[in-house]
Amino acid sequence: MNLEKVIFAFFILLALTLNFGFFVGDIADPVHHNVYELFAALVVSLIATVLKFGDRTHLGAVLLATSLVADLQLIAAAVVWGWAEHVSATGLTPHVMAAIVSLSGGAVLANVTSVVLLVSETMMVRR
Amino acid sequence: MKNVVFILLRRLHLPLIVLILVYAVSILGFVVIPGQDDQGNPWRMDFFHAFYFVSFMGSTIGFGEIPYPFTGAQRMWASVTIYATVIAWLYGIGSLLSIIQDPAFRQLITENTFRRAVRRMRDPFYLVGGYGDTGSQLVRSLVDAGFRVVVVDIDPERINLLDLEDLGVFVPGLCADAANPEVLEMAGLKLPNCIGVVALTNHDHVNLMVAITTKLHDPRLPVIARAETSSAEANIASFGTEYIINPFEVFAEQLTLALHAPGALLLQEWLAAAPHERLEEPLFPPHGKWILCGYGRFGQAIHRRFQAVDESLVVVEVKPEKMRVPPGSIAGRGTEAHTLLEAGVEEAVGIIAGTNDDADNLSIILTARELNPDLFTVVRQNQRLNDAVFRAIHADLVMRRGDIIAHRIFSLIIAPLLEEFLEEAKRQGNAWANQLVARLSGLLGEEAPAIWEVELDRERAPAVVAGIAEHGQLALEILLRDPRDREASLSCIPLYLWRGGRRELLPDGKMPLHPHDRILFCGQPQALSQMEWILQNRRVLHYIVTGEELPGGWVWRKLNRREDSPAL
Repeated sequence: MNLEKVIFAFFILLALTLNFGFFVGDIADPVHHNVYELFAALVVSLIATVLKFGDRTHLGAVLLATSLVADLQLIAAAVVWGWAEHVSATGLTPHVMAAIVSLSGGAVLANVTSVVLLVSETMMVRR
Repeated sequence: MKNVVFILLRRLHLPLIVLILVYAVSILGFVVIPGQDDQGNPWRMDFFHAFYFVSFMGSTIGFGEIPYPFTGAQRMWASVTIYATVIAWLYGIGSLLSIIQDPAFRQLITENTFRRAVRRMRDPFYLVGGYGDTGSQLVRSLVDAGFRVVVVDIDPERINLLDLEDLGVFVPGLCADAANPEVLEMAGLKLPNCIGVVALTNHDHVNLMVAITTKLHDPRLPVIARAETSSAEANIASFGTEYIINPFEVFAEQLTLALHAPGALLLQEWLAAAPHERLEEPLFPPHGKWILCGYGRFGQAIHRRFQAVDESLVVVEVKPEKMRVPPGSIAGRGTEAHTLLEAGVEEAVGIIAGTNDDADNLSIILTARELNPDLFTVVRQNQRLNDAVFRAIHADLVMRRGDIIAHRIFSLIIAPLLEEFLEEAKRQGNAWANQLVARLSGLLGEEAPAIWEVELDRERAPAVVAGIAEHGQLALEILLRDPRDREASLSCIPLYLWRGGRRELLPDGKMPLHPHDRILFCGQPQALSQMEWILQNRRVLHYIVTGEELPGGWVWRKLNRREDSPAL
């Protein structure tokens, strides 16, 4: 067992689970979507991205790309949230909430890809 | 090519994660800790403001408490996070700086820059391995002659010298082992505009590796290698290296030529001299008994040549058993009077100081001169640094390895036919050479001649190729007339003509030209630029052949039938 691999898999999985936790629920209902969960998902996703830096294999490059996509989606969601609450006059309307949650839904997809790649690589190594 | 950014990021894993975590915890803290708004109502900072506050606090610790003044708990947390973020930043920036200063990382950056510089060169270039005495001279001559050069040397000092040298054009240099095929590839070996490889390092083995790598990559790419032992020479020759230069052999040959065919030597020296160099006076070494000090590679080469021409030679060697000296040799360094006396310096005609130690060589010459002031002195100079002392000693002949090889390689590159011509010339004997030298000196005056080679193909000589088709036949003398006045002739002579299997030494002016002939010319540098007109401009050629100018209106013709007009 390799501690580095444990940490690597831990963060990739945690990014997915947190992200998914935020995503589930009624898409337009702010009650179903916790802002702390979005924050945690974003932070963990950023850490996962940093962990993927520098792997020059083809698989490593794809993994990095999925993480970058997830980061982008989550940052966009956070920016939309902040904009709705503090900049625009409308506040957190169901319409805005739906946009935020669907952005995080995109990030879920990217994170799922990441996990699938990770699992399939592990299966191929079989050690 | 290794991507520097990725390597940097990989080595910054930990600092980046620390930074993210510190920011995340700080932001979370501000969101969780209860505060008050300006009316004293309970208020919680949201993520947006927390991110804003932590961002400017982490970098500047400024701007005050926003949007409302902090409570005691918030201030306590702020003081914790101030230290945490500052430390995280210091750690991150510190790691970044240490990575950038890391020798391996810097090496990577230099390699990438070098690779890019080589890739960016569009002109044909020569790859030179080894930037020592010889390499630096050769690079300068090549650059002066308008070639681009890429240099690889294992000694960082020499690459620094290259950077400091004012060569006029940029010469990319890499400090790396030329024996490594990857390094050669980096230096552009596989680029289509690499037109030749010159291996000049101090180690025969490295030169061998360079030659092998080049020949494996492309057998047609010309390789010029330096070899200092005959076994390395044979080895490098075995896989088709075009030219192998052994400085000791070359010099020994020159010395024996000076003894037996001074004309031939003079011819060789004149033709291989660098452009604008002043011509050397001929040397006439005496015949009789010679003394050779030092029986290393140099001494052995001299001894072999002297034996071949039956010149008497006494060898003085400090380690006679180890070097397997010929019988009748004297043991000793040669720097002491008694060894030289034992070797018979008083009745000798010349002395060759050929050890691999400059101080010894100088001392040998000085001691020998004291014993016999009429000696003809030949001295081997090993280090370029000692130029001044070797000039001061006024020896009759100084053997500098660097000069010999640099000259030889330069002429090989400029005019590959020259080597063949010189070989042929040696066979013609001294009288023939003397005659040619007399003819050349009448033509050239004091300066060294320019040597150039012309191949009569569409690219190099389009007018002549077209002229042969048009007039049926053109004689060689056409090329030797002055384009400004066809009655006058250019100050140059054709030395050698190469046509398939046929070679012609000093071809006659009446000789008809064929397409794809290669002709070696020698003459004043201006003659070359005049000759270019004849080679490339059809109107000039027409004037020279017929004596009449083509009728006017050619501008119109040029516009109308572009491909038919004379190429300018």
